[in-house]
Amino acid sequence: MVRAQTWQAKLGYGSLFVILGIISLLCLAPIWYTIAVSLSEKSAAAANAVTLLPVGFNWSSYEKLLEDQKFFTAFGVSLQRVALGGLLNFLMTVLMAYPLSREANKFRSRNVYMWILVFTMLFSAGLIPWYMVIQKLHLLDTMWALVLPGAVPVFNVILLMNFFRGIPKDLEEAAAMDGAGHLYMLFKIFIPISLPALATVTLFSIVGHWNSFFDGLILMNHSNNYPLQTYIQQLVVQINDMSRMNPDEIKQIMQISSKTLNAAKIVISMIPILIVYPFLQRFFIHGIVLGSVKE
Amino acid sequence: MKKNMTLHLMLLPGMAILFVFAILPMLGAVIAFQDFNPALGVTRSPWSGWANFTFMFQIPDSKQVFTNTLVIACMKIISGLVVPLLFALLLNEMRLAWFKKSVQTIVYLPHFLSWVILSGIVLDLLSYDGIINHILSTFGLNPIMFMSNNHWFRWILVFTDTWKEFGFNTIIYLAALTGINPSLYEAAAIDGAARMKQIRHVTLPTLLPTIILLATLAIGNVLNAGFDQIFNLYNPLVYESGDIIDTYVYRTGLIEQQYGLATAIGLMKSVVSFLLIIVSYRLAYKFANYRIF
Repeated sequence: MVRAQTWQAKLGYGSLFVILGIISLLCLAPIWYTIAVSLSEKSAAAANAVTLLPVGFNWSSYEKLLEDQKFFTAFGVSLQRVALGGLLNFLMTVLMAYPLSREANKFRSRNVYMWILVFTMLFSAGLIPWYMVIQKLHLLDTMWALVLPGAVPVFNVILLMNFFRGIPKDLEEAAAMDGAGHLYMLFKIFIPISLPALATVTLFSIVGHWNSFFDGLILMNHSNNYPLQTYIQQLVVQINDMSRMNPDEIKQIMQISSKTLNAAKIVISMIPILIVYPFLQRFFIHGIVLGSVKE
Repeated sequence: MKKNMTLHLMLLPGMAILFVFAILPMLGAVIAFQDFNPALGVTRSPWSGWANFTFMFQIPDSKQVFTNTLVIACMKIISGLVVPLLFALLLNEMRLAWFKKSVQTIVYLPHFLSWVILSGIVLDLLSYDGIINHILSTFGLNPIMFMSNNHWFRWILVFTDTWKEFGFNTIIYLAALTGINPSLYEAAAIDGAARMKQIRHVTLPTLLPTIILLATLAIGNVLNAGFDQIFNLYNPLVYESGDIIDTYVYRTGLIEQQYGLATAIGLMKSVVSFLLIIVSYRLAYKFANYRIF
């Protein structure tokens, strides 16, 4: 690579570092700020005196958080949802991607299934009928309402199907020669080969489960059943919508709601994402690129 | 035949779930044509023909809601195409591998955080006595009620959405850039092309197919203005500039319990979106030879 060595080029390259550095900082700043607020003194945070460093550094908001029963209940609901929902998503993805990756001349109904799948992905009946079906099935206020309706991640099925199709045919034929059935083929050959791709789609579905709040809000009537994001939504966002309240109500809520405590809750709810993030990053570029490989 | 039985059985659980949670609601959407009464249910509620749809076009809200949806979605689409492109061009010039990688790690992160959390932070930063207004006042400017101001609200939506997603959206451009043959740059440099000229004549043409593909696929999204974000940021004072189809359906249907009307609006959105997606896929196939299945 030929690189220009004029002073203009050097200056240009130097400013590239500065620009990229500033953009990165802008991405981190709001998160950093929230951490700083969570570690600040209550009065300083309420007066908006916190900028980039905690004012009056202390852990009291986290200590207070430990006594908050509701927070832990919601955290538990979210953990359950991630475990059960992630497992269901994983099972449905592999169980559906494999048959759909078969060629249509060997598996006649393949295209019919495929059309149904794609149709459900592109067309939805809308919120109200969807809600009414879940209500009619008496799933409201149960864990199933959070994991069953989204149990088939259609887009992930298609991604993995494309990946399965890219697996060399010789491998399959060799196994078929030895008399391997479909289940053996899927679990002993296809899944081990596609572990990175599977890890990607599973991590994405886990992050999706952790982050979703709206289904928790409309499908759970009791706040004890709220997953963490719904709980935080009620606490942090709804309270900010003060236009519906009169001044007395606003004052009252300001006194109860503690900015530092809320910040601490936000920080704790981000931690699981930050933990899986390095793994996500290792896999996702690979996963996205492989999903776009066309036959 | 017997061998394929296993394949059918593998598909069965997933298909059953799709039937219950995707196909059944489609049948249930007939209540868009009913004067729906929950006590009577779908089977016994009286039919009302197109009444819900004609009513939808009569109420003043609907024009505003449709306009907001289109405007916000288009603003986000444009910004979502341009900003990641510019950022990918910048990042592509960076030769120091560890620095480039650290920048990528940082800018992808907001994509994985939920709108609940980010909205909580945004509402705090932009509140009347929040940090942004503090900064404005040090420059001698008057504080702004950002979250209840109809001039600002759409820009805040677009800006925060871009902030959250631009990093992640650069991935696809960067993937296309890794395919550039370095000898193209060398040839351009020998011909005396400076960096800016190299970007214009080598880098951008390489990215053009990707840009066209992304723009085409975006057609399917012009009715998706981003429910999660708006739901967590808006309030009645900014309905005028920020209320979209999805938030309107939620309020009319689940809060005010006008089931028939809300279903009709939602159904119309679904049908139009579906047609747009079909068109965009057709175009993407035609121009970029792109197929998802």
